[in-house]
Amino acid sequence: MDLQALYQEIILDHYKRPSHRGLHEPFDIEVHHVNPTCGDEITLRLSLDGERITNLSWEGMGCSISQASTSVMTTLVDAKTVDEFSITSDSFLALMHGKGTVVPDEEILEDGVAFSGVAKYPARIKCALLGWMALKDALVQLIDSKSTDAKIISIVPDRSRDER
Amino acid sequence: MALDVARLKNDFPIFARTVRDGKPLIYLDSGATSQKPRLVLDAERNFYEQHNAAAHRGAHQLAEEATEAYEDARSKVAKFIGAADNEIIFTKSATESINLVAYALSNSNFTDAKRFHIGPEHEILVSEMEHHANLIPWQELAKRTGAKLRWIPLTDEGRLDLSNIDSLITSSTKMVALTHQSNVLGTINPIAGIAKLVHDRGALFLVDACQSVPHQSVDVKALDVDFLVFSGHKMLGPTGVGVLYGRAELLDEMPPFLTGGSMIEEVHMESATYARAPQRFEAGVPNMAQAVGLAAAIEYLERVGMDQVQEHEELLVNHAIDGLLGISKVRIIGPFGGIHRSGAVSFTIDDIHPHDLGQVLDDLGIAVRVGHHCAWPLMRRFGISGTTRATFYLYNSISDVDALIAGVEATKKFFKVA
Repeated sequence: MDLQALYQEIILDHYKRPSHRGLHEPFDIEVHHVNPTCGDEITLRLSLDGERITNLSWEGMGCSISQASTSVMTTLVDAKTVDEFSITSDSFLALMHGKGTVVPDEEILEDGVAFSGVAKYPARIKCALLGWMALKDALVQLIDSKSTDAKIISIVPDRSRDER
Repeated sequence: MALDVARLKNDFPIFARTVRDGKPLIYLDSGATSQKPRLVLDAERNFYEQHNAAAHRGAHQLAEEATEAYEDARSKVAKFIGAADNEIIFTKSATESINLVAYALSNSNFTDAKRFHIGPEHEILVSEMEHHANLIPWQELAKRTGAKLRWIPLTDEGRLDLSNIDSLITSSTKMVALTHQSNVLGTINPIAGIAKLVHDRGALFLVDACQSVPHQSVDVKALDVDFLVFSGHKMLGPTGVGVLYGRAELLDEMPPFLTGGSMIEEVHMESATYARAPQRFEAGVPNMAQAVGLAAAIEYLERVGMDQVQEHEELLVNHAIDGLLGISKVRIIGPFGGIHRSGAVSFTIDDIHPHDLGQVLDDLGIAVRVGHHCAWPLMRRFGISGTTRATFYLYNSISDVDALIAGVEATKKFFKVA
């Protein structure tokens, strides 16, 4: 049944016991993203230690998909470099926009493969991407404010599809 | 007398299809948009196949027929709400109808139509339960003109808190814009009583009737409002047609919003004069087929009887409320218990987000609306991010309601919420 595939145990576990949840200090940037169609919200904080993402913490209000996805993301990218985040994020985005035809790379996405079922429900893709878009946005702003670098291009949020 | 839902359902082709792997469609989202009976689809098709031409233009037979069909539709709408033909303006949506009035007000500042002038000395009054469509046009009008936006707060039960209404409607109030029935709470507002107060203070009164005109008999003269808006697609009619009712003497003075062809009287290179209402407010070739479809929808509703529709929905919503209250952790958002309310019920379940509930219900073939329902400030008022909303119409049966209740129970089981 598709519903079981959508709500895998990993997702429900992350929803009930989210990782990195609860806002912490210090941080270099805080971003707040909402999904205007349903009102879900994420506040995300982080710092950049050179190229490395640190001090990641978040708070949010929303459905199991949006909250669990943010939780999984934080476990995947905390203490990773911006380049590593881009690879993970690109892989997750490709999975979400794959209409159920993309085979997820378990090496890269780990628990993130649990969200494969979301791709079959167009209305839920935005839920799954809420935290990821917030982190992308935070990194763009942070890097913009520090120095310009070629890497920025790979982390521009896909606004045309996800942020209507 | 109870409605013969099984027979009515046959009139709606969409109920012949199934959803999510062969499940029958249980459609509880008519508050967002209603389904369409064959009569409406046929009327639209017949217009295009037999009478299509630009109304109010051309010297040929088809143009005459198109004009007649369009103007007959106007008469039908007018009679349905107790208005005169020239008090009915066709728009593309209720949203456009509200914007038309809001822009007419600010546009009037550049004309002699003093009745509508609005500036920093004025106030606009809305309520905390408004749909965004009856909030944002007024926020924008306030920004354009410097007028102050105020609002009527709500009681915890989800009704207008009228305890301070005397200080909210004052001699500075230019416009009061309220919903007749909340699209979220099911509350029916005491419009006629408020109308008296509004007019005593010399203000204008616009009522958003999107959730009332489709579901109960509405008479604009009995309500004594100045403007009333609703949309065709929520009342069995096509998308792309909305209605603005305006009192004739106001429409006669009111400046236009959209300008262009067919709303004019005489045009020179640098100036123009405008036609009388309703033409003054209908620039461009009108949405004729949609207006004709709406007239057919009204014919269908009248055949069933608006009082029967209302009674039927009340039966369904009370059954739903009883069932939902029997489920632990369910909280109804809005008034209930021995009162008149509309066929919309919103609720939350502790530990299950509305979007997740909606997803499981969808898997069972049950279509509900989840989220903030375009009433974000209302959600904030109740300290929630969203609700699940079921809305009923004449094609829903008691068994649809039972399916919803069973679906909510199944969802709790699925997410292991006790």
